[in-house]
Amino acid sequence: MRKLIQFGSLPSATATAAVPGHDSAIGHVTGQAAYIDDLPGPKGMHHLAVGLSPHSSARVLHMDLSEVRRQPGVIDVITAADIPGHNEVGAVYPGDPLLAEKEVRYAGQMVFAVVADTLYNARCAVAHARIDYHLQTPALDPAASIRAGLTVLPEHIHERPLPAPALDRGAAMSDDTQTSGNVDKALQRAPHVLEGEQFIGGQEHFYLEGQIAQAEALDDNGLRVLTSSQHPSEVQKLVAEVLAMPLHAIVAEVRRMGGGFGGKESQAAALGAMAALAVHRNGCAVRFRLPRADDMQATGKRHPFHNRYRVGFDDTGRLTGADITLIGNCGHSPDLSEGVVDRAMFHADNAYYLGDARVTGHRAMTHTASNTAFRGFGGPQGMMPIEGAMDDIARTLGLDPLDVRKRNLYDEAHCETHYGQHIDQPLIGELIETLEASSDYRTRRREITAFNAKSPVIRKGLALTPVKFGISFTARHLNQAGALLMIYTDGSVLINHGGTEMGQGLHTKVCQVVAKELGIAHHRVRISATRTDKVPNTSPTAASSGADLNAMAARNAAITLRERLVDFAAGWRGLPREQLTLEADGLSAGETRIEWSELIQQAYLGRVSLSATGHYATPEIYYDRKTGRGRPFFYYAWGAAVSEVHMDTLTGEYRVARVDILHDVGDSLNPAIDRGQIEGGFVQGMGWLTTEELRWDAEGHLLTTGPATYKIPACGDAPRDFRVALLEGHPNSQATIYRSKAVGEPPLMLAISVWSALRDAIASLADDHTSPRLDTPATPERVLMACRAIREAHAHDAPSTRKEMTHALSEK
Amino acid sequence: MSDHQNNGDSRVETFDARSPSRRRFLKSMGASGLAAATAPAWAQIAQASQQQQNAPVEPQDDGAPAEGEQQIQLTVNGVEHTLNVKPNAVLLDVLRDRLMLTGTKKGCDQGQCGACTLLVNDTAINSCLSLAVSHDGDSVTTIEGLSNGDELHPVQAAFWEHDAYQCGYCTSGQIMSAVAILNDDNIGSDDASVREAMSGNICRCGAYKNILAAVQDARGKMEGAS
Ligand code: FES
Ligand code: FES
Repeated sequence: MRKLIQFGSLPSATATAAVPGHDSAIGHVTGQAAYIDDLPGPKGMHHLAVGLSPHSSARVLHMDLSEVRRQPGVIDVITAADIPGHNEVGAVYPGDPLLAEKEVRYAGQMVFAVVADTLYNARCAVAHARIDYHLQTPALDPAASIRAGLTVLPEHIHERPLPAPALDRGAAMSDDTQTSGNVDKALQRAPHVLEGEQFIGGQEHFYLEGQIAQAEALDDNGLRVLTSSQHPSEVQKLVAEVLAMPLHAIVAEVRRMGGGFGGKESQAAALGAMAALAVHRNGCAVRFRLPRADDMQATGKRHPFHNRYRVGFDDTGRLTGADITLIGNCGHSPDLSEGVVDRAMFHADNAYYLGDARVTGHRAMTHTASNTAFRGFGGPQGMMPIEGAMDDIARTLGLDPLDVRKRNLYDEAHCETHYGQHIDQPLIGELIETLEASSDYRTRRREITAFNAKSPVIRKGLALTPVKFGISFTARHLNQAGALLMIYTDGSVLINHGGTEMGQGLHTKVCQVVAKELGIAHHRVRISATRTDKVPNTSPTAASSGADLNAMAARNAAITLRERLVDFAAGWRGLPREQLTLEADGLSAGETRIEWSELIQQAYLGRVSLSATGHYATPEIYYDRKTGRGRPFFYYAWGAAVSEVHMDTLTGEYRVARVDILHDVGDSLNPAIDRGQIEGGFVQGMGWLTTEELRWDAEGHLLTTGPATYKIPACGDAPRDFRVALLEGHPNSQATIYRSKAVGEPPLMLAISVWSALRDAIASLADDHTSPRLDTPATPERVLMACRAIREAHAHDAPSTRKEMTHALSEK
Repeated sequence: MSDHQNNGDSRVETFDARSPSRRRFLKSMGASGLAAATAPAWAQIAQASQQQQNAPVEPQDDGAPAEGEQQIQLTVNGVEHTLNVKPNAVLLDVLRDRLMLTGTKKGCDQGQCGACTLLVNDTAINSCLSLAVSHDGDSVTTIEGLSNGDELHPVQAAFWEHDAYQCGYCTSGQIMSAVAILNDDNIGSDDASVREAMSGNICRCGAYKNILAAVQDARGKMEGAS
C-alpha cells in the first residue's frame, strides 16, 4: 500500500474556539490576499478595453474601426457582428446586448472592444474609432416615461407576451398591484388623509475593486473565466451563450471580490463574456478591467424611485388605509428590475400594518445604464414613503413621530402584510421598547426640543425608525444552494459551496458550520474558490441569503459524512451507534475515544466514501403574481435605529452625532461578522440618503464618474458615537441555520433614521407642525433648500400655538 | 518619523526590510507556522497561487534605457532597483506590474479613494497620482515591506485583531495611512483627529468603526514598544 500521511503532520489543535476570524485575515493585512488584477496572469496574456457610447439614444450609422486596428500592440477589434452565439447578456429578460448593434440605448454602453498587448495600448487605441451616430431624443424622466408608456418588461412574459426587440415601444403594461381590502373606501372614510411625494436618488456601488474578468483557454477546448462576480453560474451561462458553447465547457471561478453590494450580481457577466469572446478569437489569455470612470458609466446602479403616497389615519395616528405608488427608474433594459420593484412593493409597509392598502409598482424605462441590484434590492426605496408618512402624520397631529410609529407596528393582532403573508414573529414592538430605553430617547427628545427652542441657527433632530426586511429571493427557484465537502486522508477538510465571498464573511461562517457539524477544530477546514465545476447551477450570492442557503447546504453535506463516519466506526469497533458522537476533534463513545485523523484513515482503509454533496432548498415559500398574494419570504429580520443629527440651518451642513442600533440576527452565527455587517450597512445606507448624489446632464451623460464628484462616506463621516447591539434571546422561529437570521441587507435601511432626523431638525424651524419635503440624497444643498422653504412658508402662517400631545412632551 | 529607516529604539523603528527574516515570515505563512498557530488554516488560501509574489523582490537592473525611457533608482522595501520607465509611467503601475508588488491596490486610479496609499520617504502618498520618474532616488515602502520578519507591524496586527476589514480591498491603503499618521506628530491622538486624518481612504464596506479602533490600538502598541 502507498504510504498515508502520518498523524500529527497537521497541528492537532483542540481549539473549537467559539468563532473563527475572517477567512483571509492574514492575507488582507499583509497584502497577500489576491484579487484578479493582482494575479501574475498567464504567459502571453493580453488586455481588453472597450469603446463606450457617447450618446444616450442614437442609431449607429457607420462604424470605422480601421484606425483602431492599426494602433500599436492591437491584435483584435471586436464588434457585435463577431459574436458567434447570442449577443445578449441580460440576466432575466433580453435587452442587454454585450455590444451595441444598430442602436445605443445609454451613454456608456459598450460598442466595441480592443485587444492589445498592454492595457495602455488597448485603452489608447479605443480613442481612434470613428463612429457616426444619428441622435434621437432620449427618455430621461421616469415619470414622463410612465405617462408615455415606456417601461421595461414588467412580469410574466407568457402572460403579457411582447416582441423582444420592442421592449419599450408603447407597451403600456407597466404596473403590478398588491392590494388588501378596499383602499378607496378606506381613504374616503378616514378622519384624516394626507399625501406626499418624494424622489429617492440612486446609488453607485463603488465596490472598491472595480469590475474585472480574466479568461483563458483550456487545452480541451474549454474556457476558464476568473470573474469578480456574485453569480459565477450566470457568468458561465452567459459566456456559453455568447460563444455558442455548452455549459460544461466553461468554468467560472471566484476567489474573492473587493466588494460587490449587488453591483456584481448581474453586471459582472458582460466582462466575463467579453474576455471569453476575446480568448475564443485569439487564443491568448485576456484580462478585462474597466477603468473606474468607465465602470461608473457602463454599469447599472441602485434604482432611483419617484414615490407617491396617500394615507388615511385616525386621531391617534393609526393608519386606516394607504395608497402607495412606486416608480422605479429601471434604466434602458429589464435586467433585475422585475425583482427590484417587486421587493420595493413588498417593503412598502416596512414594519407597519397599513390597514386597507394598495401598492402599485411601475418599471420606467429611461435611456440610462440599466439599474440593478444594490444591497436591499428595492426594499430601501420602497420603505421611504411610509417612513415619510409616519413623520408627516405625527406633525399633523402634533405627536412625537415615535409614538405614531409605535401605534402602527405589526403585532400579534395585526400581523398580515398587504400581500397576505402572516408574520409569525413580530419582534419589533419589544425591540423598539428596548432601544427607546437604551438610547434614552425620551430624555434626549426633551433636551433637543429645549435646545432647538433657544437655538436659532443650529438645530438638532432625532428619529427612531424600524426595519422589517423579508428574507428569501422573490424568484422562488433561486432559493436553493449546493455544497461539496471532502475529507482527505490526513484529516484535513475542504469545503466548497455556491456562495461567493465579497467581504461579508460568508466563507468564515460556512467553515464554522462544517467544523461544528464534524466536531473538529476550525483550522482543519479550508474553503476554496467558488467554481462552477465543483458546485453547479448555483444562485447569486444576494438577497442576504448567502449564509442561509449555502451554510445549510454545507451542513447537509457534513451531516451526510458524519453519519457515514459514525456508521463505519460502529461497525469497525463494535460500538453502539447511538452512543457515538463526533466532538473535540475525534469520535467519542463513552470512555472510548478515537482521534479524528485516525478515524479518517481507518474509514479510508475501510473504503468509506469521504466526500459528499449537500443541497438545500428553502421550504414553504410561494407568491402568486396574478393575485399579488403569497408567502414570498421565509422569515423577516428586524431592527431599529435612533439617529441624532446636528444641523446648521443657514448652510445646510450637518453631522450625524450619535446612532444607536438594535438589530435582530436571530441566534448570531458569528457576532463579530454580524456587527461588522450592521455597521457597514448603516454607513452605506447613510451615504445613499445623504451625500451620494448621481448627476446626469440634460443629454443623459453621467457627470459623477469618480469619488471626487460622488461623495462616499469616509471615516470622518461615520457617526461619532456609534452604538450597535444585537437583539438577544430571540432565535429565528423558522428552522434556519442554527436559528440565525440573514444580515447582509437589512441594516442598510436603518439609515432611514438619519433622513428622518434631518426632517425632524428642519421641521423644528416651523414648530414641528409642517413636514418638509426632503428628497434624497439629502445633501447640504437640499437641506438648505428645505430649511429655506419651511422658513418662508412658516413666516406666512399665522403664529400658531403648539399642541403638545405626547405624554413625553406634555410632561415637561 | 519613519519606522523603517530610523534606528531609534522602538521595536517598530528598528525594522530593516532587507532582513532575511522577512523571507522566513512569508514562507512560514504558506506552511503552518504563524498561520496555523494563530489563524485558521484557511487563512492560507491566498498563498497557493501566489508563490512568486511571496518571494522577496530581487533587485532589478534594467541596464541602459531604451529610447523614450528614463532610468530611475528606486528603493522599494529596502531593495534597490534600477528601472527604465516611460516618462508617463505611474508609480503604482511600476510597482504592481514591474515589481509584482500587488499588495498596493488600484481603486479609482484618480487619487480619490486611497487604496493605492504607500509611503515615499515616510510620507503617505496616493501612488496612482504620482509619476515614477518623479521618484528617482526615493525610498518606497509598501504593505509588503511592513512586517518585521515573523512579526506583523503593530498596525497590521491591530487591523487583524479588530477585524478592521470586510472585503479587504482598502486594507493595505488604510494600513499605510495609519502607519503614516501614527508617526506624524502633527496629527492629534484623539478619535476626531484620527478620523479626519484617515478620511482620504474610502472603505466602501464601511468598516470605519473597527478601523478607528485598530488605529488607536496600534498607537498603544507602538507607544508601549518604545
Ligand atoms: S487608486 Fe489611487 S487614490 Fe484611488
Ligand atoms: S474592507 Fe472593503 S473597502 Fe474596506
